[in-house]
Amino acid sequence: MAIDVRVPTILRTYTSGERAVTARGDSLSDLIEDLDENHPGIKARLLEGEDLRRFINVYVNDEDVRFTGGLQTSVSDGDAVVILPAVAGG
Amino acid sequence: MLVLDRVTYDAIVAHARRDHPDEACGVVAGPEGSDRAERFIPMLNAARSPTFYEFDSTDLLRLYREMDERGERPVVIYHSHTATEAYPSRTDIGLAQEPDAHYVLVSTRENGNHEGPVECRSFRIVEGVVSEEEVRVVSSYEQPSGDGNAPTPRQQEQ
Repeated sequence: MAIDVRVPTILRTYTSGERAVTARGDSLSDLIEDLDENHPGIKARLLEGEDLRRFINVYVNDEDVRFTGGLQTSVSDGDAVVILPAVAGG
Repeated sequence: MLVLDRVTYDAIVAHARRDHPDEACGVVAGPEGSDRAERFIPMLNAARSPTFYEFDSTDLLRLYREMDERGERPVVIYHSHTATEAYPSRTDIGLAQEPDAHYVLVSTRENGNHEGPVECRSFRIVEGVVSEEEVRVVSSYEQPSGDGNAPTPRQQEQ
């Protein structure tokens, strides 16, 4: 078992074009570390310093992690993580 | 070049007029692997602002899930500028994260909520580089548009 992660188009350059990959971890933070080991560079596209980038949305089981503890949000086998860039502008 | 059918073009412009002076935003989805802007999906501007737009994060997840299930992608991402020209702002360029989308901008600065000419332009925005493209409005996607695409089988109208 592992955690399914849906990867948006703009980050598929890090996943050999795959739209979904699997990763492991007990928290979102761990999961991103694990993702970056297998897909080097992806972490820098998700985080800015110690935080999620403002215009990257991450959902664990359909909940925006901004409302569930951010990078500390716990995850476990069988969970579904979705990464989506915000659609925004000025 | 972006080809839009008249119904979709009019719907984008109408949404921009309706939400003026706030920015309007939305997507036109089409089959994955195609460039056909078929399904008009107006979105709520969660920022409700005359100078900024952002899809609500819950709506965004629902939208992408629905497109995944239907085998679609965002062919067009549109929004309006209500006091400036229909050209991507620095913020638009910095935040553009769909390299395969046509970014459509409508300016309502001339006529606001009212009828009248509007500027409607389309751009590709890839890694900070903006390239404008022609917008061709056709009465329907069934007619040969002369853009090299073969006529496609009849689609079901909604």
